[in-house]
Amino acid sequence: MSLVRSHVLICGGTGCTSSGSISIHEKFEECIKKFGLDKEVKVVKTGCFGLCEAGPIVVVYPEGAFYSHVKVEDIERITEEHLYKGRIVKDLLFKQALEGDVIKSVNEVQFYKKQKRVVLKNCGVINPEVIEEYIAFDGYKALGKVVTEMTQQEVVDEIKKSGLRGRGGGGFPTGLKWQFTLDAIGKEKYVACNADEGDPGAFMDRSVLEGDPHSVIEAMAIAGYAIGASKGFIYIRAEYPIAVERLEIALAQAKELGVIGDNIFSTDFSFDLEIRLGAGAFVCGEETALIESIEGRRGMPRPRPPFPANKGIFQMPTLLNNVETYANITQIILNGAEWFRSIGTEKSPGTKVFALGGKINNTGLVEIPMGMTLREVIYDIGGGIPNGKAFKAVQTGGPSGGCLTYKHLDEQITYDNLVRLGSMMGSGGMIVLDEDNCMVDVARFFLDFTVDESCGKCTPCREGTKRMLELLNKICDGKGEIEDIARLENLAVNIKDSSLCGLGQTAPNPVLSTIKNFRHEYISHIEDKKCEAGVCKALLKVTITDKCIGCTACTKVCPVDCISGSRKEMHVIDQNLCIKCGACIEKCPVNAIILK
Amino acid sequence: MKKIEISINGNKIEVPSNYTILEAARENGYRIPTLCHDDRLKPSGACRMCVVEVEGARSLVTSCSTPVRAGMVVKTNSDRVVNSRKTTLELLWADHNYDCLTCNKAGNCDLQDLCYEHDIDPLDGPYIKYSSNHVDKTNEFYIFDEDKCILCGKCVRACSELEGVGAITFSGRGHHTHISHPFEKEMLLSDCVSCGTCVSVCPTGALMEKTNAKFRNWDIDKKVKTTCTYCGVGCQLELVVHDNKVVRIDAPADSINKGITCVKGKFGYKFIDRDDRLKMPLIRKKGKLVESSWDEAYDLIASKMTSTLENYGPDSFAALSSARCTNEENYILQKLFRGVIKTNNVDHCARL
Amino acid sequence: MKSLDELAKIREKALKKVSTRNSDKKVRIVVGMATCGISAGARPVLNALVEEVNKRELVDVEVTQTGCIGICRLEPIFEVYQNGEKVTYVNMTAEKAREVVANHIVNGNVVSKYTIGAYEK
Repeated sequence: MSLVRSHVLICGGTGCTSSGSISIHEKFEECIKKFGLDKEVKVVKTGCFGLCEAGPIVVVYPEGAFYSHVKVEDIERITEEHLYKGRIVKDLLFKQALEGDVIKSVNEVQFYKKQKRVVLKNCGVINPEVIEEYIAFDGYKALGKVVTEMTQQEVVDEIKKSGLRGRGGGGFPTGLKWQFTLDAIGKEKYVACNADEGDPGAFMDRSVLEGDPHSVIEAMAIAGYAIGASKGFIYIRAEYPIAVERLEIALAQAKELGVIGDNIFSTDFSFDLEIRLGAGAFVCGEETALIESIEGRRGMPRPRPPFPANKGIFQMPTLLNNVETYANITQIILNGAEWFRSIGTEKSPGTKVFALGGKINNTGLVEIPMGMTLREVIYDIGGGIPNGKAFKAVQTGGPSGGCLTYKHLDEQITYDNLVRLGSMMGSGGMIVLDEDNCMVDVARFFLDFTVDESCGKCTPCREGTKRMLELLNKICDGKGEIEDIARLENLAVNIKDSSLCGLGQTAPNPVLSTIKNFRHEYISHIEDKKCEAGVCKALLKVTITDKCIGCTACTKVCPVDCISGSRKEMHVIDQNLCIKCGACIEKCPVNAIILK
Repeated sequence: MKKIEISINGNKIEVPSNYTILEAARENGYRIPTLCHDDRLKPSGACRMCVVEVEGARSLVTSCSTPVRAGMVVKTNSDRVVNSRKTTLELLWADHNYDCLTCNKAGNCDLQDLCYEHDIDPLDGPYIKYSSNHVDKTNEFYIFDEDKCILCGKCVRACSELEGVGAITFSGRGHHTHISHPFEKEMLLSDCVSCGTCVSVCPTGALMEKTNAKFRNWDIDKKVKTTCTYCGVGCQLELVVHDNKVVRIDAPADSINKGITCVKGKFGYKFIDRDDRLKMPLIRKKGKLVESSWDEAYDLIASKMTSTLENYGPDSFAALSSARCTNEENYILQKLFRGVIKTNNVDHCARL
Repeated sequence: MKSLDELAKIREKALKKVSTRNSDKKVRIVVGMATCGISAGARPVLNALVEEVNKRELVDVEVTQTGCIGICRLEPIFEVYQNGEKVTYVNMTAEKAREVVANHIVNGNVVSKYTIGAYEK
């Protein structure tokens, strides 16, 4: 008989793995043996808990004790005190899991309390490498129900009724896409999953695949049944080795168990899945480029129409959804479209996963019901801005999105609302910026990314984004002219209007939205040659303030000999010679030299 | 094909339902400029010159790839469209070599024509000039100048879709995208068979024939349509004549060979002006070949053939004809041997 | 995979293995596992409780530990929390623990003779 009374869940997501969760796992196994608890305590490697900032994360059940920033040295104490003696080690708990003397379980922590976990419900709960654990939490029940009890049209209708919209960014109604592919005629049809997540700072899909790979596999089989496909492709970037590995393990187990394969649940429905690795081109997240890549060609978008629903992979009708979209499917089938509609807003039902990053306390992955305000996400869940700095903007939608300001903090997060405000949902990146961020520089950062990642096929994107970046560089270097703003706007409008694919059509958004909301920063860069946030180096001056004690330390360290002054007198920097290397700032014993 | 009604620039027209907007517009006299489009190739939508405004569409659409729809309302020349085309051209021009003065393509260059048409100011750009200075001259017959390439991709598609060779491709990403051969090796080391189809489809001077002829495209005397003499396929070529000399071979796209050539048809014309080319019959006299008149030569052939026939009979003759002759010429030859000389010893190389 | 029944069986079996990962169950049994508890024999008690709960497939019961409850002389001690009420059992052994699970947890009859109230009288 099993004596297991406690489970130690260790995050095995990419974030915690890189901060050392593998050695923590090993150490736990070792200590548990040492205390003779190996029959009573089970150590489980899970997917991402979402709070990557606090990693490596360990959660001990049944108490739900939430340990954060766990170090190998702490493990012996946790084993002895908590697992052996039953005393939760308070000082190692996540700081928000302890209010005064009261210990809060993982679900009661503010970070999780406001979240609604649909897509991530199994992440941080199950061991993604054990199919039985997935089944324990109702896994493959939806697939069983669909193939034995529902017609193809009924499945599509259920998805349509749910109002689910594409989570990859566009927000196209998923049910409609399924209907188009069901209606399309082809001697073969395909189901494909877009796991080529590429937005800088976004890792929603990675976490789902690492923490709950079966949810995507099951949903793809359901989709295959619904549209009449017997073959599916998961296109995942090779830079996600853990996700790829878990997916491979999960797929092998699903095939072994027969939930993927021939005659699933003794029906006529057979379904096979294949994993295709992408080489990391951002544009391969665009559906037609992804299809080209699956076919073995250079990932460049095709003109649409024809749409993939009619002519996709190998010119056959193809249903292509992204990871997070698929991860909603089983829940909709099991709990019904009505249940799904009860979450979120009318036009944006359900939840959305965001990768919260930038200047925010709780960096990590959050899943919220749609319709929550930006303020709730940033302050209640995200814990606000660190170091008492002032909030400046929030960037959503990655390189395709825009920057919203404090004016927008009380706006609801829905597809249509974000577009109306000049940004977009995107795949779920949410980067918080504070007073130390220069908005021209932020626009430049994202544009630099799209310039690098443009596939080079169409003229506006290939040439236009490059020229926009040139203009931004010029402004950041203090060489901007006031006409450059109009030039940027003209280029932006035309690139948006005439580019071939979504990459180009949205690439100018960060520039347009920063010009719209932070025009004064552009103007001060151009006319006053000033970067208020102190980011654009070319616009900053190294100056010696009257705190100078004349110690001459700076003159000795200056590599270009541009500091002059006699001993015990205030020194002066020759601005024409200064290369702004900052060596003098570091050397000054009284912090008299500043960069402003 | 069923006809449907669409509207272009406010005028209602009827077109077959399988047409693209571009086909519909061109057939009804609306000009839409293109750079990467070619009727023989699958639409690629790369250059974005052919964009038009379609009512209800979020962004501009490429007319080359978008099929018509019943009731579609299209504008080919609205301010929005024209501004977009101008921006696209400015961007292409800014990244192009400014050497129209010395470029052999001048006067026959789509980019030059469109820049002229759209009033692109050649000197008024705020942009930095980039040069790769990469000119591949390794091929015997043509050169590739990267700085003149606008990446329309016609050469890549023609090489693979028309010729089935696939010797060229895109390489690099974004602004670093360029036309390349496998493993970034030079052209000579690729699978290229020098058919020159890429040269024929190139809208700019990026792919151009190697030539010593000095001529401007507006000074061309005439273009002579002819049948290629190299083999029996019968490819149609246009001899471009300047100063009574053939200076280039063009391949019209509307011909039987759809503008596709082989290396000989496209580039093998320079023998025409060679000094050592045979222009008069030669008769061997006292062991030496001596130029003679045509009459003398014909008389000699006729007398030798008559005497041989009398002395040795018809089967002492054999005729070998050439694939470089036309069908009609080959027919006449076998007729001569079968009907006049009365031998069946007729063969044909058919292997050229 | 042949049928929904087959899936349900796998699920049932698997569920037992993961039910520990639920921190809001109806019944909580908390065993005092400080040095005093362990030396008085709390470990066999704890193991017996876990085994019994697993055997009887009581998925809504959580067995957990705590530190010193404060009355070391009565160790081993465990407390049963249910519907906001607490019953404290003292001087436990593995056998007594099994009895408590059977009578109290399963059938709802508090085993009064083992409670701290009975002992203190």
